[in-house]
Amino acid sequence: MKFSFSEEQEEFRSFLRRFLEEKSPTTEVRRLMATDAGWEKEQWRKVNTELGLTAIAIPEEYGGQGFGLSEQCIVLEEMGRSLLCAPYFSSAVLTANAILYGASEEYKKKYLPEIASGDLTASLAFTEETGAWDISSMSMCAEKTENTYHLTGVKSFVLDGHMSDLIIVLAKVNDNSGSQRLALFSVDSTATGLTKNLLNSTDQTRKLAKLMFTDVEATCISSEDDVTEAMQKTFLKSCIGLSNEMVGGAERLREDTLEYVKMRMQFGRSIASFQVTKHKATDMLADVELAKSAAYYAAAAFDDGESDIAATASIAKASASEAYMQTAINAVQMHGGIGFTWDNDTHLWFKRAKSSEVFLGTADFHRELMMQSWDQ
Amino acid sequence: MSMNEEKVRNEVREWLKENWSPNLDLVEWRLKLADSGWGMANWPAEWYGRDLPVSLVPAIEEEFNKIGALTIPKSGIRMLAAATILNHGSDMHKEKFLKRIITGEDVWCQLFSEPGSGSDLAGATTKAVMVGNKWVVNGQKVWTTSAHKAHWGLLLARTDMDDTKHRGLSYFIIDMNQPGVETQPLMQMNGHASFNQVFLTDAEVLPDFQVGELGDGWQVATTTLMHERRAADSLRSWGQASKGDGPIYDQERVETETTMQPYKWYPQRAGRVDLIMDRAKETGAIKDPAIRQEIAKLMTLHKSAEWTARRARAAQEQGKPQGPEGSLGKLAASNVARAAAKVHTLISGADAMLTGEDSPMDGTIAEILVSFPASSIAGGTDEIQKNIISERVLNMPKETRFDADKPFRDIPRNTVS
Repeated sequence: MKFSFSEEQEEFRSFLRRFLEEKSPTTEVRRLMATDAGWEKEQWRKVNTELGLTAIAIPEEYGGQGFGLSEQCIVLEEMGRSLLCAPYFSSAVLTANAILYGASEEYKKKYLPEIASGDLTASLAFTEETGAWDISSMSMCAEKTENTYHLTGVKSFVLDGHMSDLIIVLAKVNDNSGSQRLALFSVDSTATGLTKNLLNSTDQTRKLAKLMFTDVEATCISSEDDVTEAMQKTFLKSCIGLSNEMVGGAERLREDTLEYVKMRMQFGRSIASFQVTKHKATDMLADVELAKSAAYYAAAAFDDGESDIAATASIAKASASEAYMQTAINAVQMHGGIGFTWDNDTHLWFKRAKSSEVFLGTADFHRELMMQSWDQ
Repeated sequence: MSMNEEKVRNEVREWLKENWSPNLDLVEWRLKLADSGWGMANWPAEWYGRDLPVSLVPAIEEEFNKIGALTIPKSGIRMLAAATILNHGSDMHKEKFLKRIITGEDVWCQLFSEPGSGSDLAGATTKAVMVGNKWVVNGQKVWTTSAHKAHWGLLLARTDMDDTKHRGLSYFIIDMNQPGVETQPLMQMNGHASFNQVFLTDAEVLPDFQVGELGDGWQVATTTLMHERRAADSLRSWGQASKGDGPIYDQERVETETTMQPYKWYPQRAGRVDLIMDRAKETGAIKDPAIRQEIAKLMTLHKSAEWTARRARAAQEQGKPQGPEGSLGKLAASNVARAAAKVHTLISGADAMLTGEDSPMDGTIAEILVSFPASSIAGGTDEIQKNIISERVLNMPKETRFDADKPFRDIPRNTVS
């Protein structure tokens, strides 16, 4: 189903849209984004338990519902549309997939059911202060002591890292042979030696943290000697997920802007009657629809196990990065002065567009990735 | 695979087993396709089809392709003629024209645009006047692809100067082989001449050859245009002869070479994205970080346009109402063409200044660089497409009109010299 959704999927989407419109109006988004936590346990639990959102793409054997990425992307698109403030992308996308692909059976059984039920929130700490998204550029190295490991160094831009119960860390390990490999570690959020700083993020609906590790005790949870492949899969799946979240936000902005220009009168006529406005609105439609097609296609292609998936994921992310930001720029412009005010809601999506444009790699970064996968 | 699809596939296979042979004559084979309904299976059963949903056509074509059996060529103006005749034509039209469209014996052209009315097609001034028991047509048409080879033309002409602009038009099928029809090729900026100017001087049309009611010409033309624009997305392919041994394949190659000749440069007009990666590798341009970015931008646009067109097709095939994605194909295709020409230029470097045999790929690259501007003009300019999308899809206010409710005679218009 790469080019259309089934009836069940469409029904799920429209139910979810109505539900989130009710639970996450912009008044609620504004209230939560102004808090340090960025979300509220009770409120999130209510939303999540009713719909089983964190469980959707986790396999049934680990307490999930066992749906594919396509179904999870419907959830993400609707969350992006409503700017729901919840620790979803960090727990149910980044960390759940890192554990699913990179952790041993023991730790999958330990963590995934709790993430699925929503009882455990988790963050994936992989990026460092350089802000590089490339998995091989990590410098943190775990030190092996007799029965355990210790971590020292800094992880940054960690989504919801200041609030999560569990931190999964990607770090290097020195082999006996002297070479290095990548491994996954679990760290309790209250561990000794771990300092968590909430960063001032422009997009207040997406909280980022800097985590400083000083000789923090960590458990190695990797299933294999080297988790590079598992992390690449996690990364591209997350890029596809983020792209779908982004097109949801872009479409909402586009629709709100269209509604506004139809209502706004100047020179004795609706500004939607000016050809320059009509053509811009059409360009916005084209930007968003093309990015939607790429995001939908990538999710379905992942579920189908297509071989060119790395390039496809990068096409989706590059397309979403540019379309969302361009839509946001047009949205402010077409609102005029009011669009530049704090009271108007446009800036909430503008800032999400900006943070998502960069998070998991800019369009340029992904364009280079696709060229590498085609030019081997 | 649905039960229905499996059943249809079995039926096609059975029928092909009994009927297909590469030793058949091309027209003879297509007559079999017309009589059995397997050539245009989504057409009505009484008119050479089988009343099957469009969604099953790809499966049928796949069965043909598996054994190398030839299908009906589905591009060109004749298919627009068929769609218009099926929608608005009389039984006489269907009897006279549809079969010869399927066999490929008749070539068609579209006489809509005029020197004085391009984007504003409904401003046509070519007049049809009833003299005795015949329509007599006078005027000039332009951008008429294949007019010099056509047997029949789809003609939009003014039958009433005093009625309003849109109500004063009627739709006719005109015989192109008559003294009153003179065709002159129009040389384009890329050196080809696939378009023509057609001068109509006391050309005649029998009353039976009017399509739809008198004054309904604009409505009928809209059907033709809708089919034209729908086909103009990035999934469009230009007739290529099948490979194979046997007399029927030879005949098809000759046909493709002659009737498809005006379309030879059309792939270049669309930008030839298929050549980009090989050209970049061969020239070494792929090592240039700036060019890599431009290639990837083009590929992102090209792929997402293709997937958007497939979403639109999927919705159409499932009988769902057309979503906004359905109207964007043509616009996206002209953006792709423009971007591709830019990237071909970057890849070719100084060679991009050359043409003909001095230029890369024996002139193919040069042809892209001077052909792409046609994409955003032909079949409705980008600007007209944006007006249509903003008004029909986004429900934005219509342009203020100065020509809607007065007699056509009183509307200011271009003077044709």
